[in-house]
Amino acid sequence: MNGIAVAAAPILIAVLVVPLALAAYRMIRGPSHADRFVALDMLTAVSVALSALTALATGRRAFLDIGMGIALVNFVATCAFATLLERKSGGRK
Amino acid sequence: MIEAIIGVVLMAAGVGFIVIAGLGVARLTDVFERMHSATKAGGIGSTLVILGVLTAGGLARPLTGLLTIAFMLLTLSVASQLLARAAYISGAELRGIDRGDPLADVLESDRPTRSDPR
Repeated sequence: MNGIAVAAAPILIAVLVVPLALAAYRMIRGPSHADRFVALDMLTAVSVALSALTALATGRRAFLDIGMGIALVNFVATCAFATLLERKSGGRK
Repeated sequence: MIEAIIGVVLMAAGVGFIVIAGLGVARLTDVFERMHSATKAGGIGSTLVILGVLTAGGLARPLTGLLTIAFMLLTLSVASQLLARAAYISGAELRGIDRGDPLADVLESDRPTRSDPR
Protein backbone atom coordinates (compact mmCIF):
# COMPACT_ATOMS: atom_id res chain seq x y z
CA MET A 1 0.00 0.00 0.00
CA ASN A 2 2.72 2.44 0.90
CA GLY A 3 5.34 0.83 -1.30
CA ILE A 4 6.25 4.11 -2.93
CA ALA A 5 7.23 5.68 0.38
CA VAL A 6 9.22 2.64 1.49
CA ALA A 7 11.02 2.64 -1.85
CA ALA A 8 11.69 6.37 -1.68
CA ALA A 9 13.14 6.31 1.82
CA PRO A 10 16.58 4.81 0.92
CA ILE A 11 16.98 7.32 -1.91
CA LEU A 12 16.27 10.18 0.48
CA ILE A 13 18.72 8.68 2.97
CA ALA A 14 21.35 8.68 0.24
CA VAL A 15 20.57 12.33 -0.54
CA LEU A 16 20.97 13.22 3.14
CA VAL A 17 24.64 12.24 2.96
CA VAL A 18 25.29 15.59 1.22
CA PRO A 19 24.27 17.87 4.15
CA LEU A 20 26.00 15.44 6.49
CA ALA A 21 29.24 15.94 4.55
CA LEU A 22 28.76 19.72 4.45
CA ALA A 23 28.22 19.86 8.22
CA ALA A 24 31.28 17.69 8.75
CA TYR A 25 33.26 20.07 6.54
CA ARG A 26 32.15 22.99 8.69
CA MET A 27 32.95 21.10 11.86
CA ILE A 28 36.48 20.30 10.69
CA ARG A 29 37.16 23.65 9.05
CA GLY A 30 35.24 25.99 11.36
CA PRO A 31 37.44 28.84 12.57
CA SER A 32 35.89 29.20 16.01
CA HIS A 33 34.20 26.97 18.53
CA ALA A 34 30.83 28.55 17.77
CA ASP A 35 31.09 27.33 14.17
CA ARG A 36 31.59 23.81 15.41
CA PHE A 37 28.56 24.04 17.67
CA VAL A 38 26.49 25.26 14.75
CA ALA A 39 27.74 22.29 12.76
CA LEU A 40 26.68 20.05 15.63
CA ASP A 41 23.17 21.52 15.44
CA MET A 42 23.14 20.77 11.73
CA LEU A 43 24.34 17.22 12.32
CA THR A 44 21.51 16.72 14.78
CA ALA A 45 18.87 17.92 12.34
CA VAL A 46 20.27 15.56 9.70
CA SER A 47 20.39 12.61 12.06
CA VAL A 48 16.82 13.12 13.29
CA ALA A 49 15.67 13.07 9.68
CA LEU A 50 17.87 10.01 9.02
CA SER A 51 16.37 8.09 11.92
CA ALA A 52 12.83 8.93 10.83
CA LEU A 53 13.59 7.76 7.29
CA THR A 54 15.19 4.60 8.65
CA ALA A 55 12.04 3.91 10.64
CA LEU A 56 10.08 4.05 7.42
CA ALA A 57 12.58 2.04 5.37
CA THR A 58 12.96 -0.81 7.84
CA GLY A 59 9.48 -0.78 9.34
CA ARG A 60 10.77 -0.57 12.91
CA ARG A 61 9.03 2.15 14.84
CA ALA A 62 11.77 2.23 17.47
CA PHE A 63 13.84 4.48 15.19
CA LEU A 64 11.35 7.27 15.82
CA ASP A 65 12.17 6.96 19.52
CA ILE A 66 15.85 7.23 18.59
CA GLY A 67 15.11 10.45 16.73
CA MET A 68 13.36 11.86 19.76
CA GLY A 69 16.33 10.88 21.93
CA ILE A 70 18.71 12.65 19.56
CA ALA A 71 16.57 15.80 19.68
CA LEU A 72 16.52 15.73 23.49
CA VAL A 73 20.27 15.23 23.75
CA ASN A 74 20.86 18.03 21.24
CA PHE A 75 18.96 20.57 23.32
CA VAL A 76 20.85 19.79 26.51
CA ALA A 77 24.17 19.65 24.65
CA THR A 78 23.62 23.00 22.97
CA CYS A 79 22.69 24.65 26.27
CA ALA A 80 25.76 23.16 27.96
CA PHE A 81 28.06 24.19 25.11
CA ALA A 82 26.65 27.72 25.09
CA THR A 83 27.23 28.07 28.82
CA LEU A 84 30.75 26.71 28.43
CA LEU A 85 31.53 29.10 25.58
CA GLU A 86 30.16 32.04 27.54
CA ARG A 87 32.21 31.23 30.62
CA LYS A 88 35.46 30.31 28.88
CA SER A 89 35.62 33.40 26.71
CA GLY A 90 37.44 36.44 27.92
CA GLY A 91 34.76 38.85 26.77
CA ARG A 92 34.26 40.65 23.50
CA LYS A 93 37.14 42.70 22.18
CA MET B 1 -2.14 5.34 -1.76
CA ILE B 2 -2.81 9.03 -1.55
CA GLU B 3 -1.22 9.24 1.87
CA ALA B 4 1.90 7.54 0.55
CA ILE B 5 2.20 10.18 -2.17
CA ILE B 6 1.63 12.99 0.33
CA GLY B 7 4.23 11.43 2.61
CA VAL B 8 6.79 11.18 -0.18
CA VAL B 9 6.20 14.82 -1.13
CA LEU B 10 6.61 15.93 2.50
CA MET B 11 9.76 13.85 2.94
CA ALA B 12 11.30 15.16 -0.30
CA ALA B 13 10.54 18.74 0.73
CA GLY B 14 12.12 18.16 4.12
CA VAL B 15 15.24 16.61 2.60
CA GLY B 16 15.46 19.58 0.23
CA PHE B 17 15.30 21.99 3.15
CA ILE B 18 18.02 20.05 4.95
CA VAL B 19 20.26 20.09 1.87
CA ILE B 20 19.79 23.86 1.59
CA ALA B 21 20.58 24.21 5.29
CA GLY B 22 23.77 22.19 4.81
CA LEU B 23 24.79 24.39 1.89
CA GLY B 24 24.21 27.44 4.05
CA VAL B 25 26.25 26.01 6.92
CA ALA B 26 29.13 25.31 4.57
CA ARG B 27 29.01 28.45 2.45
CA LEU B 28 27.83 31.45 4.49
CA THR B 29 30.38 33.87 5.84
CA ASP B 30 29.50 34.42 9.48
CA VAL B 31 28.76 32.40 12.60
CA PHE B 32 25.35 34.02 12.91
CA GLU B 33 24.45 33.49 9.29
CA ARG B 34 25.44 29.84 9.56
CA MET B 35 23.35 29.51 12.70
CA HIS B 36 20.39 31.13 10.97
CA SER B 37 20.67 28.60 8.16
CA ALA B 38 21.20 25.56 10.36
CA THR B 39 18.50 26.30 12.91
CA LYS B 40 15.61 27.47 10.78
CA ALA B 41 16.03 25.43 7.63
CA GLY B 42 17.33 22.36 9.46
CA GLY B 43 14.49 22.45 11.96
CA ILE B 44 11.76 22.82 9.38
CA GLY B 45 13.43 20.11 7.26
CA SER B 46 13.48 17.60 10.11
CA THR B 47 9.88 18.49 10.98
CA LEU B 48 8.74 17.92 7.41
CA VAL B 49 10.59 14.60 7.19
CA ILE B 50 9.02 13.31 10.41
CA LEU B 51 5.57 14.46 9.24
CA GLY B 52 6.09 12.68 5.94
CA VAL B 53 7.18 9.48 7.65
CA LEU B 54 4.14 9.60 9.93
CA THR B 55 1.85 10.23 6.98
CA ALA B 56 3.30 7.49 4.80
CA GLY B 57 3.77 4.90 7.52
CA GLY B 58 0.22 4.98 8.78
CA LEU B 59 -1.15 7.08 11.58
CA ALA B 60 -1.62 4.24 14.04
CA ARG B 61 0.65 5.48 16.82
CA PRO B 62 1.95 8.91 15.88
CA LEU B 63 2.63 10.06 19.42
CA THR B 64 6.43 9.77 19.40
CA GLY B 65 6.80 11.57 16.11
CA LEU B 66 4.45 14.36 17.11
CA LEU B 67 6.24 14.74 20.43
CA THR B 68 9.56 14.97 18.59
CA ILE B 69 8.16 17.67 16.29
CA ALA B 70 6.74 19.66 19.20
CA PHE B 71 9.95 19.35 21.17
CA MET B 72 12.12 20.42 18.25
CA LEU B 73 9.94 23.41 17.42
CA LEU B 74 9.94 24.47 21.06
CA THR B 75 13.63 24.03 21.81
CA LEU B 76 15.47 24.90 18.60
CA SER B 77 14.75 28.60 19.00
CA VAL B 78 15.82 28.62 22.65
CA ALA B 79 19.00 26.70 21.90
CA SER B 80 19.94 28.92 18.97
CA GLN B 81 19.28 32.03 21.07
CA LEU B 82 21.61 30.73 23.78
CA LEU B 83 24.27 29.76 21.26
CA ALA B 84 24.09 33.11 19.44
CA ARG B 85 24.47 34.99 22.70
CA ALA B 86 27.44 32.85 23.69
CA ALA B 87 29.03 33.30 20.26
CA TYR B 88 28.60 37.05 20.44
CA ILE B 89 30.06 37.28 23.92
CA SER B 90 32.99 35.08 22.97
CA GLY B 91 33.89 37.58 20.27
CA ALA B 92 32.59 36.19 17.01
CA GLU B 93 32.98 38.42 13.98
CA LEU B 94 29.96 40.15 12.49
CA ARG B 95 30.95 39.95 8.87
CA GLY B 96 27.48 39.86 7.36
CA ILE B 97 26.52 43.29 8.69
CA ASP B 98 28.36 46.22 7.20
CA ARG B 99 26.98 48.84 9.58
CA GLY B 100 29.14 48.09 12.56
CA ASP B 101 28.04 46.34 15.68
CA PRO B 102 24.39 46.91 16.57
CA LEU B 103 24.73 45.15 19.90
CA ALA B 104 27.71 47.15 21.11
CA ASP B 105 25.85 48.82 23.95
CA VAL B 106 23.46 46.01 24.71
CA LEU B 107 25.91 43.28 25.61
CA GLU B 108 28.96 45.17 26.77
CA SER B 109 32.41 43.67 26.72
CA ASP B 110 34.00 42.24 29.82
CA ARG B 111 30.68 41.54 31.36
CA PRO B 112 31.13 39.78 34.69
CA THR B 113 30.39 36.10 34.56
CA ARG B 114 27.96 34.77 37.08
CA SER B 115 30.59 33.08 39.15
CA ASP B 116 29.90 34.81 42.45
CA PRO B 117 28.35 32.34 44.84
CA ARG B 118 25.28 33.36 46.66
